[in-house]
Amino acid sequence: MVSKSLDQNRPHRKLSTHPSNWIRPLASGLAVLDAHGEPIFHIDATRIADTVIVTHGHADHARPGHKHVIASAETLAIMKARYGANFAERVTALRWHETMRIGDVDIHLVPAGHVLGSAQIVLDYEGARVVVSGDYKRKSDPTCAPFEPVPCDVFITEATFALPVFSHPEPLLEINRILVSLKQFPERAHVIGAYSLGKAQRVIALLRQAGYQEPIYIHGALQKLCQLYQDHGIDLGILAPATTGEKGKPQQALAGQIVIAPPSALADRWSRRLPDPLIIMASGWMQVKQRAKQSGVEMPLILSDHADWNDLLATIDEVNPQEVWITHGREDALMRALSLKNMTAKALHLIGYEDDAE
Amino acid sequence: MITFARLLEKLLFTPQRNTKIQHLSEWLHHTPMPDRGWGLAALVGEFQSKKAKPALIREMVSTKSDAELFAISYDFVGDLAETVALIWPEPECRPNQPPPTLSEIVGALDHASADETRFLIQQWLDCSDTTTRWGLLKLTTGGLRVGASARMVRLALAQAYEAAVEDIEEIWPLLEPPYTTLFDWLEGRAERPNADGKAVFRPLMLAHPVDDNDVTDMTPDKWLVEWKWDGARVQLASGHDGVRLFSRSGDDISSGFPELTKSLSWHGTLDGELLAGTPDNIAPFQNLQQRLNRKKPSANLMQSIPVFLRAYDILLEDDDDLRQLPIEQRRLKLEKTVKILNHSAIDLSAFLPFTDPQQLISWRQQCREGGLIEGLMLKARNSMYQQGRVKGLWFKWKRDPLTADVVLLYAQRGHGKRSSLFSDYTFGAWMENPDNPAEPPILVPVGKAYSGFSDAELKKLDAFVRANTTQRFGPVRELEKTLVVEVAFDAISRSTRHKSGVAMRFPRFQRIRWDKPAIEADDLPTLMKWIDS
Ligand SMILES: [Zn+2]
Ligand SMILES: [Zn+2]
Repeated sequence: MVSKSLDQNRPHRKLSTHPSNWIRPLASGLAVLDAHGEPIFHIDATRIADTVIVTHGHADHARPGHKHVIASAETLAIMKARYGANFAERVTALRWHETMRIGDVDIHLVPAGHVLGSAQIVLDYEGARVVVSGDYKRKSDPTCAPFEPVPCDVFITEATFALPVFSHPEPLLEINRILVSLKQFPERAHVIGAYSLGKAQRVIALLRQAGYQEPIYIHGALQKLCQLYQDHGIDLGILAPATTGEKGKPQQALAGQIVIAPPSALADRWSRRLPDPLIIMASGWMQVKQRAKQSGVEMPLILSDHADWNDLLATIDEVNPQEVWITHGREDALMRALSLKNMTAKALHLIGYEDDAE
Repeated sequence: MITFARLLEKLLFTPQRNTKIQHLSEWLHHTPMPDRGWGLAALVGEFQSKKAKPALIREMVSTKSDAELFAISYDFVGDLAETVALIWPEPECRPNQPPPTLSEIVGALDHASADETRFLIQQWLDCSDTTTRWGLLKLTTGGLRVGASARMVRLALAQAYEAAVEDIEEIWPLLEPPYTTLFDWLEGRAERPNADGKAVFRPLMLAHPVDDNDVTDMTPDKWLVEWKWDGARVQLASGHDGVRLFSRSGDDISSGFPELTKSLSWHGTLDGELLAGTPDNIAPFQNLQQRLNRKKPSANLMQSIPVFLRAYDILLEDDDDLRQLPIEQRRLKLEKTVKILNHSAIDLSAFLPFTDPQQLISWRQQCREGGLIEGLMLKARNSMYQQGRVKGLWFKWKRDPLTADVVLLYAQRGHGKRSSLFSDYTFGAWMENPDNPAEPPILVPVGKAYSGFSDAELKKLDAFVRANTTQRFGPVRELEKTLVVEVAFDAISRSTRHKSGVAMRFPRFQRIRWDKPAIEADDLPTLMKWIDS
């Protein structure tokens, strides 16, 4: 291991038990192991498991069917809304910074800034601290608690947007482009494709922040989660159902209005029943024009719920770990950048998380 | 430059052709000369700033980004200009000046040394935002690729000035950026420039592909048939300003083919196939490729690989525009002309006799044996010479491709939209162990393929790669040598560049043989049998 300069704020201790002895990637996901190498609990298990700590409610991280799920109250509420009340035999809700012990490992959650309830998981064992970031971002988001950096020995990070080409612009500047376009095309329905958990509510909240007061029309698939956000005290303003007109007739009431729908609805017949729809897609992938073009959008909106390149590197600097482990995404580029900084990094090659979803 | 970059972005994202034309003609309307002319040149692909080569851009970015990180990013984005535009770091403080105008760019680059060019472009990038950087780099490296063809741009021009697009296209070869004479005519200050009697490129007539079912009702009273030669489509133009040879896309390739561009007393325009060898002894396409690669061939090369034109159409002769005549009549003219020319490097592409459609099938089956013939051309007897791919008049009916069963060896991520999937494959054939023939045979790479599979197949292939990687070399994965693929290819030839000694032309996936054991794939001697002549 290459030692780092001394002027950084957290002195590195010698670890009696290196974390790679007790936390490992298995086929079933990242797991904390006992002395015999048996899993005590998983984090975001990708297969059904006994005890699972869930970082956040996105489907590839939060799966139904585990015996015991530990998560933030918001994440548990999201899982319940998506999978029904019986998504697990038993649940434990943890408040931010509330400690729980499983085996000899102390666990607490801190906000990750990704979506409502999204958490980083802080694990303390035998004097070593491991932080599992889950998915996270550093840009402003009125719908969830901001990311909280926790200095640690091993930082287990995502790398969805870990390429130097990703530099996500200020969210409000991007949102403003919609308002400009509405003035330019006052007769066209502006349809924004946004994932139903997190992105959709963030788009709405940002539009409100930018001063847009009109009702915002939402596709039926967003109904439940928007309600859930509002129940958690997030102000989304007036929302109305985006009912299309009778068969074959565009819904004229939606001309010049903002409509939000899951990306899958953009391509199907539903959006064709809107008056002269202008298709907008809100995603970090929209930064690459060729990709945006491929997805058939007329206005790509660069809005991501993941950390961009600079934010990933800045976050790693901030938590100043001895080692960085990478769960999913573009591990090749991040490994390279960290090796240039003489940092120890390894890719866990966890499967089951979607590189492209956001 | 800012408005031009925004135009490029709009063109890229606007799906509707008409809206694109609208964006274009709006931009033409609102942009003053000479910026309008330079932008137009860039849009039709005639903007040539001589110094901003991709190599220079790469060199420039290498001072701003780690080479490996750049390579990974480029591989993901799939486009040099966009990768650099995105990866370019914001300067600590932005220079207090706007990005350059199009004419400032042309003016500055025209007289700049390589060092000055680098300095200028760096400075311009530093004072631009991402989209302007992207447009600037697309412009200075040449290839815009925003989904606006030269034809679409000329249509927009016609729309903006209420002119006939044919009138604009006919004189286009006479024009040079920034097209002052064009705008003088369009804006009523001058007469339309005149192409008569000059050796300029005329738009080509193109053929549609056809398949087996379509030929059953092609009867000899309506159709003419000839071989589709495996050469390069060219146009030979002779006028009072000289003799020129143009490539299919209208590039002047005269300097590469002195045997065809000696001055002629005859004036006119011929359409035909450029072939290597002599009329009685045609050489394979690979030989022609060596001539096409040379801007100025040596006397030696010209002697070892001569070329000739096999003419199949005539467009103009003296003052007569023959394009309005049906091909039957043009052919009579052409036969006469070729005879009168009596040129050692020009001959005639003969029509094949046929009496019923069944005969077409047997003609096509003979293509393979010759090797030098790509298939059949079918032309409607009454077809006038019209530019572009006109429906129902000319058809090409290609011979069946060759196929081989090969084993996948390496995989690489694709570019752009495919950058999350492993879609570029290197495959190999069996060869006797060169060190010791008694040892088991080895697999040697014989080609690379990127296409021919469906999206669903690509997903399965990608999963196969992820589950069967034995080693990684940067972006390349070495695979467990178990998966057999049937590839189709147009031809195979000897090559010194590959360890196997062969190179395939246009290989693509035909079928994935999940069922077939690797040891049953083809060996090199089997592939060698297909080598032409
Ligand atoms: Zn997520
Ligand atoms: Zn994720």
